[in-house]
Amino acid sequence: MSDTHVKRVDHIFKKANCREVLEKIMDMKPDDICQELLESDLKGRGGAGFPTGLKWRFAANEEDPVKYIICNADEGEPGTFKDREILDQVPEKVFCGMAVASRAIGAKMGYIYLRGEYKFLIPMLNEELLKFHKTMDEFNLNFRIQIRLGSGAYICGEESALFESIEGKRGEPRNKPPYPTKSGLFGKPTVINNVETLVYTVMIMRYGAAHFKELGTKDSRGSKVFSVSGDTPKAGIFELELGMSVDEFVQDFGDGDTKAVQVGGASGFCVPRKKFEETIIGFEGVPTGGSMKLFNSTRSMYNLLHNYLDFFTEESCGQCTPCRVGCQQLLKGVEAVKRGDKNSKYLEELVKLAKTMKRASKCGLGQSVGNAFGSIVENFKEEIIY
Amino acid sequence: MDTIIENELVRELANQHGRTRESLIPILQDLVVHKRFLSKQDMVDVARELNISAADVYGTATFYTFLDTELRGKYVIRICKTISCAMKGKNEILSTIEEILKLNLGETTPDRKFSLLEANCIGWCHKAPAMLINDTPYTELTPEKVTEILREYIKK
Repeated sequence: MSDTHVKRVDHIFKKANCREVLEKIMDMKPDDICQELLESDLKGRGGAGFPTGLKWRFAANEEDPVKYIICNADEGEPGTFKDREILDQVPEKVFCGMAVASRAIGAKMGYIYLRGEYKFLIPMLNEELLKFHKTMDEFNLNFRIQIRLGSGAYICGEESALFESIEGKRGEPRNKPPYPTKSGLFGKPTVINNVETLVYTVMIMRYGAAHFKELGTKDSRGSKVFSVSGDTPKAGIFELELGMSVDEFVQDFGDGDTKAVQVGGASGFCVPRKKFEETIIGFEGVPTGGSMKLFNSTRSMYNLLHNYLDFFTEESCGQCTPCRVGCQQLLKGVEAVKRGDKNSKYLEELVKLAKTMKRASKCGLGQSVGNAFGSIVENFKEEIIY
Repeated sequence: MDTIIENELVRELANQHGRTRESLIPILQDLVVHKRFLSKQDMVDVARELNISAADVYGTATFYTFLDTELRGKYVIRICKTISCAMKGKNEILSTIEEILKLNLGETTPDRKFSLLEANCIGWCHKAPAMLINDTPYTELTPEKVTEILREYIKK
Protein backbone atom coordinates (compact mmCIF):
# COMPACT_ATOMS: atom_id res chain seq x y z
CA MET A 1 0.00 0.00 0.00
CA SER A 2 1.47 3.36 -0.97
CA ASP A 3 1.47 6.53 1.07
CA THR A 4 0.90 8.80 -1.88
CA HIS A 5 -2.79 9.64 -1.47
CA VAL A 6 -2.44 12.03 1.39
CA LYS A 7 0.39 14.51 1.77
CA ARG A 8 2.41 14.07 4.96
CA VAL A 9 3.62 17.31 6.50
CA ASP A 10 6.21 18.07 9.16
CA HIS A 11 5.54 21.43 10.78
CA ILE A 12 4.20 20.74 14.23
CA PHE A 13 6.79 18.33 15.60
CA LYS A 14 9.78 20.01 13.99
CA LYS A 15 11.96 21.81 16.53
CA ALA A 16 11.79 25.58 16.12
CA ASN A 17 13.91 28.45 17.27
CA CYS A 18 11.40 30.15 19.53
CA ARG A 19 13.78 33.02 20.34
CA GLU A 20 13.78 33.94 16.68
CA VAL A 21 9.99 34.06 16.70
CA LEU A 22 9.97 36.16 19.87
CA GLU A 23 12.47 38.58 18.35
CA LYS A 24 10.27 38.90 15.33
CA ILE A 25 7.06 39.60 17.25
CA MET A 26 8.81 42.15 19.45
CA ASP A 27 9.19 44.21 16.28
CA MET A 28 5.55 43.78 15.33
CA LYS A 29 2.62 45.85 16.50
CA PRO A 30 0.03 43.73 18.34
CA ASP A 31 -2.50 44.36 15.60
CA ASP A 32 -0.02 43.27 12.93
CA ILE A 33 0.17 39.89 14.68
CA CYS A 34 -3.62 39.56 14.51
CA GLN A 35 -3.57 40.71 10.88
CA GLU A 36 -0.96 38.13 9.89
CA LEU A 37 -3.05 35.39 11.52
CA LEU A 38 -6.21 36.63 9.80
CA GLU A 39 -4.42 36.51 6.45
CA SER A 40 -3.31 32.96 7.13
CA ASP A 41 -6.95 31.85 7.51
CA LEU A 42 -5.88 29.64 10.42
CA LYS A 43 -8.93 28.09 12.02
CA GLY A 44 -9.01 26.59 15.50
CA ARG A 45 -7.66 23.04 15.54
CA GLY A 46 -9.75 21.87 18.48
CA GLY A 47 -12.65 21.11 16.16
CA ALA A 48 -14.91 24.16 16.19
CA GLY A 49 -12.81 25.98 13.61
CA PHE A 50 -13.20 29.60 14.67
CA PRO A 51 -10.73 31.91 12.85
CA THR A 52 -7.85 32.35 15.30
CA GLY A 53 -6.87 35.83 14.09
CA LEU A 54 -10.40 37.09 14.63
CA LYS A 55 -10.51 35.64 18.13
CA TRP A 56 -7.26 37.37 19.02
CA ARG A 57 -8.39 40.67 17.52
CA PHE A 58 -11.67 40.61 19.47
CA ALA A 59 -9.71 40.17 22.70
CA ALA A 60 -7.13 42.76 21.67
CA ASN A 61 -9.89 45.32 21.11
CA GLU A 62 -11.22 44.92 24.65
CA GLU A 63 -9.99 47.64 26.95
CA ASP A 64 -9.18 45.88 30.16
CA PRO A 65 -5.85 45.85 31.99
CA VAL A 66 -6.35 42.18 32.90
CA LYS A 67 -6.65 39.61 30.14
CA TYR A 68 -5.88 35.92 29.93
CA ILE A 69 -4.59 33.46 27.38
CA ILE A 70 -5.49 29.83 27.90
CA CYS A 71 -4.13 26.75 26.25
CA ASN A 72 -6.86 24.14 26.13
CA ALA A 73 -5.06 20.86 26.77
CA ASP A 74 -8.14 19.08 28.09
CA GLU A 75 -7.99 16.69 25.19
CA GLY A 76 -10.88 14.36 25.95
CA GLU A 77 -12.65 13.63 22.69
CA PRO A 78 -12.64 9.86 22.16
CA GLY A 79 -9.99 9.06 19.57
CA THR A 80 -7.92 12.21 20.10
CA PHE A 81 -4.43 12.00 21.52
CA LYS A 82 -2.35 14.37 19.40
CA ASP A 83 -2.23 17.22 21.93
CA ARG A 84 -0.52 14.96 24.43
CA GLU A 85 2.13 14.17 21.86
CA ILE A 86 2.58 17.85 20.92
CA LEU A 87 2.99 18.85 24.58
CA ASP A 88 5.38 15.97 25.09
CA GLN A 89 7.52 16.63 22.00
CA VAL A 90 7.50 20.41 21.53
CA PRO A 91 6.28 22.08 24.74
CA GLU A 92 8.43 25.15 24.04
CA LYS A 93 6.44 25.80 20.87
CA VAL A 94 3.16 25.67 22.78
CA PHE A 95 4.48 28.17 25.34
CA CYS A 96 5.83 30.33 22.53
CA GLY A 97 2.39 30.40 20.88
CA MET A 98 0.93 31.57 24.17
CA ALA A 99 3.57 34.29 24.38
CA VAL A 100 2.71 35.43 20.86
CA ALA A 101 -0.97 35.56 21.85
CA SER A 102 -0.16 37.45 25.04
CA ARG A 103 1.70 40.07 23.02
CA ALA A 104 -1.16 40.33 20.51
CA ILE A 105 -3.93 40.83 23.06
CA GLY A 106 -2.01 42.30 25.99
CA ALA A 107 -2.21 39.47 28.52
CA LYS A 108 0.20 38.99 31.38
CA MET A 109 -1.05 35.67 32.57
CA GLY A 110 -1.59 32.37 30.79
CA TYR A 111 -2.94 29.02 31.90
CA ILE A 112 -2.51 25.58 30.48
CA TYR A 113 -5.50 23.45 31.43
CA LEU A 114 -4.17 19.92 31.22
CA ARG A 115 -6.49 16.95 31.52
CA GLY A 116 -5.95 14.90 34.67
CA GLU A 117 -5.21 11.81 32.59
CA TYR A 118 -2.01 13.53 31.40
CA LYS A 119 -0.73 14.38 34.85
CA PHE A 120 2.41 12.35 34.20
CA LEU A 121 3.55 15.17 31.85
CA ILE A 122 3.66 17.76 34.62
CA PRO A 123 7.24 17.34 35.94
CA MET A 124 8.63 17.72 32.41
CA LEU A 125 6.33 20.66 31.60
CA ASN A 126 7.30 22.48 34.79
CA GLU A 127 10.95 22.08 33.95
CA GLU A 128 10.35 23.49 30.47
CA LEU A 129 8.31 26.32 31.96
CA LEU A 130 11.27 27.37 34.11
CA LYS A 131 13.35 27.81 30.96
CA PHE A 132 10.51 29.60 29.24
CA HIS A 133 10.07 32.09 32.06
CA LYS A 134 13.79 32.85 31.96
CA THR A 135 13.46 33.59 28.26
CA MET A 136 10.50 35.87 29.01
CA ASP A 137 12.70 37.79 31.45
CA GLU A 138 15.48 38.10 28.88
CA PHE A 139 13.02 39.57 26.41
CA ASN A 140 11.59 41.83 29.08
CA LEU A 141 8.20 40.29 28.52
CA ASN A 142 5.89 40.39 31.48
CA PHE A 143 4.17 37.08 30.83
CA ARG A 144 3.83 33.99 33.01
CA ILE A 145 2.21 30.60 32.48
CA GLN A 146 0.63 28.35 35.11
CA ILE A 147 -0.54 24.78 34.68
CA ARG A 148 -3.93 23.76 36.01
CA LEU A 149 -4.92 20.15 36.13
CA GLY A 150 -8.32 18.73 35.23
CA SER A 151 -9.89 15.90 37.20
CA GLY A 152 -11.50 13.60 34.70
CA ALA A 153 -14.38 15.62 33.30
CA TYR A 154 -14.77 15.61 29.49
CA ILE A 155 -17.02 18.66 29.60
CA CYS A 156 -14.16 20.83 30.91
CA GLY A 157 -12.80 20.91 27.35
CA GLU A 158 -15.74 23.19 26.59
CA GLU A 159 -14.26 26.62 26.97
CA SER A 160 -16.64 28.17 29.49
CA ALA A 161 -16.74 24.96 31.56
CA LEU A 162 -12.96 25.11 31.58
CA PHE A 163 -13.08 28.66 32.99
CA GLU A 164 -15.45 27.50 35.71
CA SER A 165 -13.08 24.68 36.54
CA ILE A 166 -10.04 26.96 36.85
CA GLU A 167 -12.18 29.20 39.05
CA GLY A 168 -12.63 26.24 41.39
CA LYS A 169 -16.19 25.30 40.53
CA ARG A 170 -18.16 22.52 38.90
CA GLY A 171 -17.34 22.44 35.21
CA GLU A 172 -20.73 23.60 34.02
CA PRO A 173 -20.78 25.55 30.74
CA ARG A 174 -22.00 29.14 30.78
CA ASN A 175 -24.53 30.81 28.53
CA LYS A 176 -23.11 32.52 25.46
CA PRO A 177 -22.92 35.37 24.74
CA PRO A 178 -20.93 36.91 26.31
CA TYR A 179 -18.11 35.15 24.49
CA PRO A 180 -14.74 34.53 26.16
CA THR A 181 -13.00 37.36 24.29
CA LYS A 182 -15.32 39.72 26.16
CA SER A 183 -15.91 37.86 29.40
CA GLY A 184 -13.95 34.68 29.97
CA LEU A 185 -11.83 33.53 32.89
CA PHE A 186 -12.70 35.50 36.05
CA GLY A 187 -14.97 37.60 33.81
CA LYS A 188 -11.98 39.02 31.95
CA PRO A 189 -11.29 39.09 28.19
CA THR A 190 -9.79 35.70 27.41
CA VAL A 191 -8.34 33.97 24.40
CA ILE A 192 -8.59 30.21 24.60
CA ASN A 193 -6.88 28.10 21.94
CA ASN A 194 -6.23 24.44 21.38
CA VAL A 195 -2.64 23.18 21.85
CA GLU A 196 -2.15 22.57 18.14
CA THR A 197 -3.58 25.95 17.12
CA LEU A 198 -1.01 27.72 19.29
CA VAL A 199 1.83 25.84 17.63
CA TYR A 200 0.58 26.82 14.17
CA THR A 201 0.56 30.47 15.22
CA VAL A 202 4.29 30.12 15.93
CA MET A 203 4.87 28.73 12.46
CA ILE A 204 2.84 31.54 10.88
CA MET A 205 4.81 34.18 12.79
CA ARG A 206 8.06 32.56 11.72
CA TYR A 207 7.38 31.87 8.04
CA GLY A 208 4.43 34.15 7.28
CA ALA A 209 0.80 33.65 6.35
CA ALA A 210 1.57 32.94 2.70
CA HIS A 211 3.70 29.93 3.55
CA PHE A 212 0.98 28.47 5.78
CA LYS A 213 -1.60 28.93 3.01
CA GLU A 214 0.42 27.00 0.47
CA LEU A 215 -1.23 23.86 1.78
CA GLY A 216 -4.90 22.99 2.09
CA THR A 217 -8.05 24.30 0.43
CA LYS A 218 -9.96 27.58 0.39
CA ASP A 219 -12.04 26.59 3.42
CA SER A 220 -9.40 24.55 5.22
CA ARG A 221 -5.99 26.12 4.95
CA GLY A 222 -2.79 24.44 5.97
CA SER A 223 -2.22 21.09 7.58
CA LYS A 224 -3.54 19.41 10.68
CA VAL A 225 -2.47 16.77 13.13
CA PHE A 226 -4.65 13.64 13.04
CA SER A 227 -5.06 10.95 15.65
CA VAL A 228 -5.62 7.68 13.83
CA SER A 229 -6.96 4.60 15.61
CA GLY A 230 -9.26 1.62 15.29
CA ASP A 231 -8.95 -0.96 12.51
CA THR A 232 -5.80 0.35 10.86
CA PRO A 233 -2.29 -1.03 10.43
CA LYS A 234 -0.97 2.51 11.01
CA ALA A 235 -2.48 3.73 14.26
CA GLY A 236 -0.73 6.85 15.48
CA ILE A 237 -0.29 10.59 15.04
CA PHE A 238 0.08 12.09 11.57
CA GLU A 239 0.28 15.64 10.30
CA LEU A 240 -1.53 15.77 6.97
CA GLU A 241 -2.48 18.38 4.42
CA LEU A 242 -6.13 19.40 4.76
CA GLY A 243 -8.58 18.89 1.93
CA MET A 244 -8.35 15.12 1.43
CA SER A 245 -11.42 12.97 0.93
CA VAL A 246 -12.25 10.18 3.35
CA ASP A 247 -11.54 7.82 0.45
CA GLU A 248 -7.98 9.09 0.08
CA PHE A 249 -7.52 8.83 3.82
CA VAL A 250 -8.81 5.26 3.88
CA GLN A 251 -6.56 4.23 1.01
CA ASP A 252 -3.59 5.26 3.12
CA PHE A 253 -4.76 4.20 6.55
CA GLY A 254 -7.41 1.51 6.05
CA ASP A 255 -6.87 -2.21 6.45
CA GLY A 256 -8.49 -2.99 3.10
CA ASP A 257 -11.86 -3.71 4.68
CA THR A 258 -12.93 -0.33 6.07
CA LYS A 259 -16.68 0.01 6.30
CA ALA A 260 -16.92 3.31 8.15
CA VAL A 261 -14.80 6.14 9.51
CA GLN A 262 -15.85 8.13 12.54
CA VAL A 263 -14.50 11.62 11.88
CA GLY A 264 -14.26 13.94 14.89
CA GLY A 265 -14.75 11.46 17.69
CA ALA A 266 -17.95 10.76 19.60
CA SER A 267 -19.20 14.27 18.84
CA GLY A 268 -18.32 13.92 15.14
CA PHE A 269 -19.82 12.17 12.14
CA CYS A 270 -19.85 8.60 10.95
CA VAL A 271 -19.00 8.32 7.25
CA PRO A 272 -20.01 5.01 5.59
CA ARG A 273 -18.09 3.43 2.72
CA LYS A 274 -20.51 4.62 0.05
CA LYS A 275 -19.80 8.24 1.00
CA PHE A 276 -16.00 8.01 1.28
CA GLU A 277 -15.34 9.60 -2.10
CA GLU A 278 -17.69 12.58 -1.81
CA THR A 279 -16.78 13.49 1.78
CA ILE A 280 -13.99 15.98 2.37
CA ILE A 281 -12.24 16.04 5.74
CA GLY A 282 -12.22 19.70 6.66
CA PHE A 283 -14.48 22.65 7.32
CA GLU A 284 -16.16 22.30 3.89
CA GLY A 285 -17.10 18.69 4.67
CA VAL A 286 -16.81 16.91 7.98
CA PRO A 287 -14.78 18.97 10.44
CA THR A 288 -12.59 17.23 12.99
CA GLY A 289 -10.44 18.06 15.95
CA GLY A 290 -8.23 15.29 14.64
CA SER A 291 -9.96 12.11 15.75
CA MET A 292 -10.13 9.51 12.96
CA LYS A 293 -11.40 6.06 13.90
CA LEU A 294 -11.61 3.32 11.33
CA PHE A 295 -14.00 0.39 11.54
CA ASN A 296 -13.86 -2.72 9.38
CA SER A 297 -16.66 -5.06 8.42
CA THR A 298 -16.23 -7.23 11.52
CA ARG A 299 -17.38 -4.39 13.79
CA SER A 300 -20.91 -3.86 15.02
CA MET A 301 -22.03 -0.28 14.57
CA TYR A 302 -24.57 -0.86 17.33
CA ASN A 303 -21.68 -1.39 19.72
CA LEU A 304 -20.10 1.84 18.50
CA LEU A 305 -23.30 3.80 18.96
CA HIS A 306 -23.95 2.25 22.36
CA ASN A 307 -20.40 3.02 23.49
CA TYR A 308 -20.72 6.68 22.47
CA LEU A 309 -24.13 7.09 24.10
CA ASP A 310 -22.83 5.54 27.29
CA PHE A 311 -19.94 8.01 27.13
CA PHE A 312 -22.20 11.04 26.69
CA THR A 313 -24.63 9.89 29.37
CA GLU A 314 -21.74 9.81 31.84
CA GLU A 315 -20.06 12.98 30.66
CA SER A 316 -23.11 15.23 30.31
CA CYS A 317 -22.73 17.80 33.09
CA GLY A 318 -26.43 17.44 33.88
CA GLN A 319 -27.05 21.14 34.00
CA CYS A 320 -29.55 21.43 31.14
CA THR A 321 -32.46 19.06 30.65
CA PRO A 322 -32.23 18.42 26.89
CA CYS A 323 -28.73 17.01 27.25
CA ARG A 324 -29.07 15.29 30.62
CA VAL A 325 -32.35 13.53 29.86
CA GLY A 326 -31.76 13.33 26.12
CA CYS A 327 -28.54 11.31 26.43
CA GLN A 328 -30.21 8.87 28.84
CA GLN A 329 -33.25 8.43 26.63
CA LEU A 330 -31.21 7.88 23.47
CA LEU A 331 -29.23 5.18 25.26
CA LYS A 332 -32.34 3.50 26.69
CA GLY A 333 -34.05 3.93 23.34
CA VAL A 334 -31.48 2.10 21.22
CA GLU A 335 -31.28 -0.64 23.84
CA ALA A 336 -35.07 -1.05 23.68
CA VAL A 337 -35.02 -1.22 19.87
CA LYS A 338 -32.22 -3.78 19.95
CA ARG A 339 -34.12 -5.95 22.44
CA GLY A 340 -37.22 -5.70 20.28
CA ASP A 341 -39.23 -3.90 22.99
CA LYS A 342 -39.70 -1.02 20.57
CA ASN A 343 -40.20 -1.32 16.82
CA SER A 344 -37.90 0.20 14.23
CA LYS A 345 -40.14 3.27 13.82
CA TYR A 346 -39.07 4.29 17.30
CA LEU A 347 -35.61 5.05 15.91
CA GLU A 348 -37.17 7.93 13.98
CA GLU A 349 -38.49 9.33 17.25
CA LEU A 350 -35.01 9.09 18.70
CA VAL A 351 -33.53 10.92 15.71
CA LYS A 352 -36.07 13.68 16.34
CA LEU A 353 -35.01 13.80 19.98
CA ALA A 354 -31.36 14.14 18.92
CA LYS A 355 -32.35 17.03 16.66
CA THR A 356 -34.18 18.70 19.54
CA MET A 357 -31.06 18.29 21.68
CA LYS A 358 -29.05 20.04 18.97
CA ARG A 359 -31.34 23.06 19.17
CA ALA A 360 -32.11 23.14 22.85
CA SER A 361 -28.90 22.12 24.62
CA LYS A 362 -26.83 24.77 26.29
CA CYS A 363 -23.39 23.79 25.00
CA GLY A 364 -21.54 21.87 22.35
CA LEU A 365 -21.81 18.53 24.16
CA GLY A 366 -25.58 18.19 23.95
CA GLN A 367 -25.64 19.95 20.59
CA SER A 368 -23.31 17.43 18.99
CA VAL A 369 -24.67 14.12 20.34
CA GLY A 370 -26.97 14.10 17.32
CA ASN A 371 -24.02 14.15 14.90
CA ALA A 372 -22.86 10.65 15.67
CA PHE A 373 -26.35 9.44 16.51
CA GLY A 374 -27.94 10.70 13.29
CA SER A 375 -25.15 9.57 11.00
CA ILE A 376 -24.80 6.09 12.52
CA VAL A 377 -28.55 5.44 12.63
CA GLU A 378 -29.06 6.77 9.11
CA ASN A 379 -26.29 4.73 7.53
CA PHE A 380 -26.42 1.56 9.61
CA LYS A 381 -30.06 1.24 10.53
CA GLU A 382 -30.16 -2.57 10.09
CA GLU A 383 -27.26 -3.03 12.48
CA ILE A 384 -28.98 -0.95 15.13
CA ILE A 385 -32.27 -2.85 14.82
CA TYR A 386 -31.16 -6.47 14.29
CA MET B 1 -6.24 12.55 67.37
CA ASP B 2 -7.03 11.61 63.77
CA THR B 3 -9.01 14.79 63.21
CA ILE B 4 -6.09 16.98 64.18
CA ILE B 5 -3.81 15.26 61.70
CA GLU B 6 -6.45 15.68 58.99
CA ASN B 7 -6.81 19.34 59.76
CA GLU B 8 -3.09 19.80 59.61
CA LEU B 9 -2.88 18.40 56.13
CA VAL B 10 -5.75 20.58 54.95
CA ARG B 11 -4.18 23.63 56.54
CA GLU B 12 -0.85 22.84 54.97
CA LEU B 13 -2.44 22.46 51.54
CA ALA B 14 -4.34 25.72 51.96
CA ASN B 15 -1.10 27.45 52.90
CA GLN B 16 0.45 26.07 49.78
CA HIS B 17 -2.37 26.72 47.26
CA GLY B 18 -4.13 29.69 48.84
CA ARG B 19 -7.54 30.24 50.37
CA THR B 20 -9.50 31.65 47.46
CA ARG B 21 -12.13 29.69 45.56
CA GLU B 22 -9.75 28.87 42.69
CA SER B 23 -7.52 27.07 45.19
CA LEU B 24 -10.27 24.57 45.94
CA ILE B 25 -9.63 22.05 43.17
CA PRO B 26 -5.82 21.96 43.59
CA ILE B 27 -6.36 21.36 47.34
CA LEU B 28 -8.85 18.56 46.69
CA GLN B 29 -6.55 17.03 44.07
CA ASP B 30 -3.66 16.95 46.53
CA LEU B 31 -5.88 15.50 49.25
CA VAL B 32 -6.74 12.66 46.90
CA VAL B 33 -3.03 12.10 46.26
CA HIS B 34 -2.39 11.86 50.00
CA LYS B 35 -5.43 9.88 51.06
CA ARG B 36 -6.74 8.33 47.83
CA PHE B 37 -10.19 9.81 48.48
CA LEU B 38 -12.04 12.74 50.03
CA SER B 39 -13.65 11.94 53.35
CA LYS B 40 -16.63 13.93 54.58
CA GLN B 41 -14.51 15.29 57.42
CA ASP B 42 -11.80 16.45 55.02
CA MET B 43 -14.34 18.23 52.84
CA VAL B 44 -15.82 19.98 55.89
CA ASP B 45 -12.33 21.01 56.97
CA VAL B 46 -11.49 22.36 53.51
CA ALA B 47 -14.74 24.35 53.54
CA ARG B 48 -13.83 25.86 56.93
CA GLU B 49 -10.30 26.64 55.77
CA LEU B 50 -11.54 28.40 52.61
CA ASN B 51 -14.51 29.96 54.36
CA ILE B 52 -17.02 28.52 51.92
CA SER B 53 -19.98 26.21 52.40
CA ALA B 54 -19.30 22.50 52.78
CA ALA B 55 -22.03 21.97 50.20
CA ASP B 56 -19.94 23.89 47.68
CA VAL B 57 -16.94 21.70 48.38
CA TYR B 58 -19.03 18.54 48.13
CA GLY B 59 -20.79 19.78 44.99
CA THR B 60 -17.50 20.55 43.31
CA ALA B 61 -15.80 17.33 44.38
CA THR B 62 -18.60 15.09 43.19
CA PHE B 63 -18.60 16.73 39.77
CA TYR B 64 -15.14 15.40 38.96
CA THR B 65 -14.51 11.70 38.40
CA PHE B 66 -10.96 11.80 39.75
CA LEU B 67 -11.98 13.54 42.98
CA ASP B 68 -13.19 10.34 44.57
CA THR B 69 -15.51 10.68 47.51
CA GLU B 70 -15.52 6.93 48.12
CA LEU B 71 -12.78 5.03 49.83
CA ARG B 72 -10.17 3.90 47.29
CA GLY B 73 -7.08 1.77 47.37
CA LYS B 74 -3.47 2.91 47.34
CA TYR B 75 -3.35 2.03 43.65
CA VAL B 76 -6.36 3.05 41.59
CA ILE B 77 -6.58 1.18 38.32
CA ARG B 78 -8.68 2.87 35.65
CA ILE B 79 -9.24 0.86 32.51
CA CYS B 80 -10.30 2.77 29.43
CA LYS B 81 -13.69 1.53 28.20
CA THR B 82 -14.13 3.81 25.21
CA ILE B 83 -14.53 2.33 21.76
CA SER B 84 -10.92 1.85 20.56
CA CYS B 85 -9.93 0.11 23.78
CA ALA B 86 -13.21 -1.83 23.80
CA MET B 87 -12.45 -3.03 20.25
CA LYS B 88 -8.93 -4.12 21.13
CA GLY B 89 -9.73 -6.43 23.98
CA LYS B 90 -10.42 -4.29 27.05
CA ASN B 91 -12.82 -6.89 28.48
CA GLU B 92 -10.12 -9.54 28.45
CA ILE B 93 -7.77 -7.22 30.35
CA LEU B 94 -10.52 -6.42 32.82
CA SER B 95 -11.27 -10.06 33.60
CA THR B 96 -7.55 -10.80 33.93
CA ILE B 97 -7.20 -8.07 36.55
CA GLU B 98 -10.37 -9.19 38.34
CA GLU B 99 -8.99 -12.68 38.53
CA ILE B 100 -5.53 -11.71 39.76
CA LEU B 101 -6.70 -9.21 42.38
CA LYS B 102 -9.86 -11.16 43.24
CA LEU B 103 -12.12 -8.17 43.02
CA ASN B 104 -14.90 -6.94 40.75
CA LEU B 105 -15.11 -3.74 38.78
CA GLY B 106 -15.82 -0.83 41.12
CA GLU B 107 -14.42 -2.58 44.18
CA THR B 108 -11.42 -2.08 46.42
CA THR B 109 -9.38 -4.96 47.84
CA PRO B 110 -9.89 -5.57 51.59
CA ASP B 111 -6.29 -4.51 52.30
CA ARG B 112 -7.07 -1.19 50.54
CA LYS B 113 -4.21 -1.67 48.15
CA PHE B 114 -6.09 -1.76 44.82
CA SER B 115 -9.27 -0.26 43.38
CA LEU B 116 -10.53 -1.25 39.97
CA LEU B 117 -12.50 1.28 37.94
CA GLU B 118 -13.36 2.07 34.35
CA ALA B 119 -12.56 5.39 32.70
CA ASN B 120 -13.75 7.18 29.60
CA CYS B 121 -11.18 7.75 26.83
CA ILE B 122 -7.77 8.37 28.43
CA GLY B 123 -6.08 9.37 25.16
CA TRP B 124 -4.10 6.28 24.12
CA CYS B 125 -6.41 4.93 21.41
CA HIS B 126 -3.52 4.20 19.04
CA LYS B 127 -1.99 1.95 21.68
CA ALA B 128 -5.18 0.29 22.91
CA PRO B 129 -6.10 -1.21 25.24
CA ALA B 130 -4.83 1.18 27.88
CA MET B 131 -5.18 1.86 31.59
CA LEU B 132 -3.95 4.22 34.27
CA ILE B 133 -2.58 3.10 37.61
CA ASN B 134 -2.80 6.30 39.61
CA ASP B 135 -1.09 8.73 37.18
CA THR B 136 0.93 6.25 35.15
CA PRO B 137 -0.40 5.13 31.77
CA TYR B 138 0.07 1.54 30.59
CA THR B 139 -0.65 0.80 26.94
CA GLU B 140 -0.91 -2.00 24.40
CA LEU B 141 -2.00 -4.32 27.17
CA THR B 142 -2.25 -8.05 26.85
CA PRO B 143 -3.28 -10.47 29.60
CA GLU B 144 0.40 -11.44 29.98
CA LYS B 145 1.56 -7.83 30.13
CA VAL B 146 -1.06 -6.79 32.67
CA THR B 147 -0.22 -9.82 34.81
CA GLU B 148 3.42 -8.73 34.80
CA ILE B 149 2.53 -5.13 35.68
CA LEU B 150 0.27 -6.16 38.56
CA ARG B 151 2.90 -8.54 39.92
CA GLU B 152 5.22 -5.54 40.33
CA TYR B 153 2.54 -3.51 42.11
CA ILE B 154 1.65 -6.39 44.42
CA LYS B 155 5.30 -6.53 45.50
CA LYS B 156 5.35 -2.81 46.35
